[in-house]
Amino acid sequence: MNIHEYQAKEILSTYGIPVPRNRVALTADQVERAAKMMGGHCVVKAQIYAGGRGKAGGVKLVHHPEQASDVAKELFGKRLVTKQTGPEGLKVRRILVEETVEIAREFYLSITLDRETSRYCLIASAEGGMDIEEVAQKSPDKIHVLTIDPFTGLRTYQARKIALALGLSGAVCEDCVELILNTYKCCLERDCSLIEINPLVVTRAGWLLAMDAKISFDDNAVYRHREYPDMMDYSQLDPLEITAGKYDLAYIKLTGNIGCMVNGAGLAMATLDVLKEFGGEPANFLDVGGGATREKVAEAFKIILQDSDVKAVFVNIFGGIMRCDVIAQGIIEAANEVHCPLPIVVRMDGSNVEDGKKLLLESGLNVQIGDNLGDGAQKIVAMLAKA
Amino acid sequence: MSILINKDSKILVQGITGKSGLFHTQQCRAYGSQIVAGVTPGKGGIHIEGIPVFNTVAEAVQYTGATISMIFVPPPGAADAILESCEAGLELAVCITEGIPVRDMVIARAVQAQSKTLLVGPNCPGIITPGQCKLGIMPGYIHTPGKIGVVSRSGTLTYEAVKQLTDIGLGQSTCVGIGGDPIIGMKYIDVLKMFNEDPGTEAVFMIGEIGGGAEEEAAHWIKENMKKPVAAFIAGSTAPPGKRMGHAGAIITGGKGKAEDKIRTLQECGVTVSTSPTRMGEAMAAALKK
Repeated sequence: MNIHEYQAKEILSTYGIPVPRNRVALTADQVERAAKMMGGHCVVKAQIYAGGRGKAGGVKLVHHPEQASDVAKELFGKRLVTKQTGPEGLKVRRILVEETVEIAREFYLSITLDRETSRYCLIASAEGGMDIEEVAQKSPDKIHVLTIDPFTGLRTYQARKIALALGLSGAVCEDCVELILNTYKCCLERDCSLIEINPLVVTRAGWLLAMDAKISFDDNAVYRHREYPDMMDYSQLDPLEITAGKYDLAYIKLTGNIGCMVNGAGLAMATLDVLKEFGGEPANFLDVGGGATREKVAEAFKIILQDSDVKAVFVNIFGGIMRCDVIAQGIIEAANEVHCPLPIVVRMDGSNVEDGKKLLLESGLNVQIGDNLGDGAQKIVAMLAKA
Repeated sequence: MSILINKDSKILVQGITGKSGLFHTQQCRAYGSQIVAGVTPGKGGIHIEGIPVFNTVAEAVQYTGATISMIFVPPPGAADAILESCEAGLELAVCITEGIPVRDMVIARAVQAQSKTLLVGPNCPGIITPGQCKLGIMPGYIHTPGKIGVVSRSGTLTYEAVKQLTDIGLGQSTCVGIGGDPIIGMKYIDVLKMFNEDPGTEAVFMIGEIGGGAEEEAAHWIKENMKKPVAAFIAGSTAPPGKRMGHAGAIITGGKGKAEDKIRTLQECGVTVSTSPTRMGEAMAAALKK
């Protein structure tokens, strides 16, 4: 689960991590007043669930409140397209107005999960403000990585090693040690899958400040934090993805016209792959869960049909233990409820598969049966071509 | 022969009184697996389907001699269940549960790694040695005894692969679903090592997906060490970057974890890669002929 920069900074500051003075605004008028409060000189930052905002014109330095207001009017409601958003971009609904500071040095700092070691790791670099993947490619020697032992936790001397490696010394080095320890504390207590402070700066006056911050929460741990669901900005998500989430279905909107419903993530990915192989373009990824139930199948079917791009539906259920006749009933009920006229191909495997096929063929729907994965994909592509 | 489990395996089920725990206990038993005990804290002393239920894993082990655990405990208590089975000194814990918080798994995995207990999963379909023992949620009927070892991060895609193998007459020695989470117990290499040593396994089919670098790691290990032919399929060639494709671990981030890179690395390391999920069985047959 992602949150906005201003929310990440709020959380970090509760852990004693210094952030620039700021105000979050929902209207151009609020932006103007916030800019006045900062003394006119300030940074106006669009809040979206994606990075790369600076290069896309989502972050602007302004010099007086009226200018801040003008920038805000331009940004509010605009779909900001960055290299992380995809071509459709993300709508700007909130703006962060932040004081400017004189920067002496910039660093990169993050804590995330390292899959290889199954541990959290801290990554730091003296190349702040840059894309860390770029730094990793161009100058890997400038990246410092520390794998954190879950039993001992992150120790002070380890944090100091990192701060020293960044070239810090004296009081600001000790400030950085504390900041690193607090970031790790925040990561654990708030169940973060990523905390990224980029850049972390030292100001001319010798203060550390988290100039930009990103936090992602571990989706599996959201249940432990009652406040998290309210922190979500639903305007940043696809409406169908939100509906799917309510039914515990993994749905991702794609650009094609064949709606897909599959049980299991791996098989769902493979189904998209095979559709493309036969010249089809999937409209979505949708995993109804390995043990697909009749209810989930019915909800999933309705979600797929809410997408107006969908011109045909491919259902691929390797039921195994689930009975295919039950799955078939779920499909038929949902299709009848929403009056689905579109061509449908159903490929099912599992117990009672013949009963399931019979039910579908006698349902009056525009449906064909796929004998296997390849046959099903070929049939739906052919039906779509004729339609 | 087989790896990890066989007809003599004595299994206990953690979370046996839950809905899916009970359902799959029945399914596994119908397949012929020896389920000797159940564990549900607070329900010790009862019998369910004739299986004695205990409050703790240690008790279940003491009274029944179980050496393997199958875990269906819901996410908030699942890491605890793994830790308990490690402390009880089991040989193997197979965690089916999906949705365990990462922070819990970091601890559970670290403790487990120092114990004598092997961990498969979490978020996995389990293990099956066809004709002998089913320890998980996979449909038994698609499997057939034979000499192909199968290892996979996926559930239903593994069923698809197994069915294709069975359809062309290639039976399986053991199929291991290692799980779709970022933190898992046994990884590809751990399972490949066992298949390499198992006289009952002639070749291996490996199923991977986007995200992380486990397939690449495995590819390099195969090149250096594997004495048996390996074929593979990687799901997600058409997946968009930055989107989590169902599994917590299936995401392309920062240009890493792409299917094309995994496929190329596997091919460079001598693995026969099926480019389509419709030809997984054929790829295995081709690798056997090499």
